[in-house]
Amino acid sequence: MELDRIEQLLEKYFEATTTVAEEAELRAYFEQADVAPHLQVHAPLFQYFSQAKEEQFTKQVPLKPRKSYYRWISVAASVILFFGIYFGNSSYQDYLETEKQNQEQAQFAYDETKKALNLLAANFGKGTEKVAYLKEFDKTTQKIYKNNN
Amino acid sequence: MKQSEFLNTVMPFKDKLFRLAKRLLVSKEEAEDATQEILLKLWSKNSKMEEYKNVEAFAMTMTKNFCLDRLKSKQAGNLKLVHSNYTDENVSLQNAVETNDSLDWVQKIMEELPEQQKLVLQLRDVEAYEFEEICALLDMKPTAVRVALSRARKTVRERLIEKHRYGIG
Repeated sequence: MELDRIEQLLEKYFEATTTVAEEAELRAYFEQADVAPHLQVHAPLFQYFSQAKEEQFTKQVPLKPRKSYYRWISVAASVILFFGIYFGNSSYQDYLETEKQNQEQAQFAYDETKKALNLLAANFGKGTEKVAYLKEFDKTTQKIYKNNN
Repeated sequence: MKQSEFLNTVMPFKDKLFRLAKRLLVSKEEAEDATQEILLKLWSKNSKMEEYKNVEAFAMTMTKNFCLDRLKSKQAGNLKLVHSNYTDENVSLQNAVETNDSLDWVQKIMEELPEQQKLVLQLRDVEAYEFEEICALLDMKPTAVRVALSRARKTVRERLIEKHRYGIG
């Protein structure tokens, strides 16, 4: 009785007119141990389908939540900006301070040099005054020469 | 859609995607890569995913198209060669176990089927999809699906009987 039904189902199966439920019935029949000898040929087919359905995808898929990634980037950027302004400002003040000091030093050096140069110029002036006497002396010696001749 | 929600949607059918990919690409590694690719693509579209009525059918169609594209490309040709070496070895290793061997034969026979028949047989006999679903997935008319399925089943049976008679395997 059951064998008749299985044979009928098989016939329908190969014409592709069985329903999903009937195919499940066929698979169940060929899963069990006592399959009629003349139907044994079909056993591997149905057993294979049952076995093939067991195969699983085991590989892990790396799913990265992209949205929060961007959010963290913006957080990092604002933190860096904040620290930049904070520390940058204080170091800028330092920079201004040293710049001022440098300028003062330069001014001082300039003043000193100017003083020294003025001193030098004054002394030169004295030098030329003395040379003027020498000129006078030269004139009088010339006169004497002339008179002698 | 959050990651956990996404995983809950995808989990029930990810194995189906993998098996379909493996049926078409044959090599396990290739199929794994393809499945991963499909899942990542789905994930990148996850904001739109609520719009799709049937995510599983959509993913299956994506997998099918992806694998067929893969097969057409040159790269897949190389991988196919690598794989056939690999199975040959595997079969000879398993020679001792007779039942396992005849199941391997079914697999080998299925590998030789045309792609469309492979797809129909995989979707119907392994995954137990209804005819309407297969029609939608493969974009085929119901009669065409029935013809392809019947042809595929008969081919597998004939080859199986041949092997049986010659006592190979």
